[in-house]
Amino acid sequence: MPNLFALLAGLLFGLGLILSGMTDPAKVTAFLDVAGAWDPSLAFVMGGALLVALPAFYVARRRGTTLRGEPLQLPTARRLDRPLIVGSVMFGAGWGLAGYCPGPALASLSMTDGAPWLFVAAMLAGMALYEARQWWRGR
Amino acid sequence: MTIDWLYFTPWTSLAGGLLIGAAAALLILLNGRIAGISGIVGGLLRAPRADRRWRLAFLAGLLLAAPLWRGMAPLPAAHPVAGGAALVLAGLLVGFGTRLGAGCTSGHGVCGLARLSPRSLAAAVTFMLAGAVTVFVLRHLVGG
Repeated sequence: MPNLFALLAGLLFGLGLILSGMTDPAKVTAFLDVAGAWDPSLAFVMGGALLVALPAFYVARRRGTTLRGEPLQLPTARRLDRPLIVGSVMFGAGWGLAGYCPGPALASLSMTDGAPWLFVAAMLAGMALYEARQWWRGR
Repeated sequence: MTIDWLYFTPWTSLAGGLLIGAAAALLILLNGRIAGISGIVGGLLRAPRADRRWRLAFLAGLLLAAPLWRGMAPLPAAHPVAGGAALVLAGLLVGFGTRLGAGCTSGHGVCGLARLSPRSLAAAVTFMLAGAVTVFVLRHLVGG
């Protein structure tokens, strides 16, 4: 059952990305191009998502469990530390460079047009590199 | 600042956002999980076997969206803005950066803000600024 819910959530997420325009790198970079011909559409994506997610997270946190009574798995980190900021700067730079963040890049793999195979391969390599760094530091 | 009215799509973007929010709501309310794409993918590289299935199921859903859409209507056009080396560099930065920073547009930007996390707010402001600065440099300093 949880896997079926996850599949459905992924499908909804993907449809939302396509409908919102996030699978078009030109639209994403037009949102980030505040000094040029600015396309504010993606602010509406964030707004729409929060409109639904805010009450859902409020209910989930109030209950402390899922609707099926299982524990929530929420991040526990609280500190605004260097990795958070350095990682976010790196991510933002890559996002601005190619117009892809992880969700839209993956959802675009099954589009015939503009499939970002090279980007996704490099993204997975970047993630593996991070895991290798963690392993190296934890030895 | 000039608004690009020609390509501005407030309503479809809002509707798409509602769907993304619904996906995040479904995952937290039914599975107790955060719909952060970089976390879901990154977890595959380290998570115990029992934890892998829902991650793969979510990603399968994500990949099914485009074929399902195409079965009903033409997909919206996608216009690449980078090729070759730039795409590889961007992918490496996004992959490593989202793991180091513990999230991306979905994990921090949607789920983190929805649970009012100060860490996620800091991350979201930071990656938006970094993205805007990168585009500014590329388009108006280097490319201009």
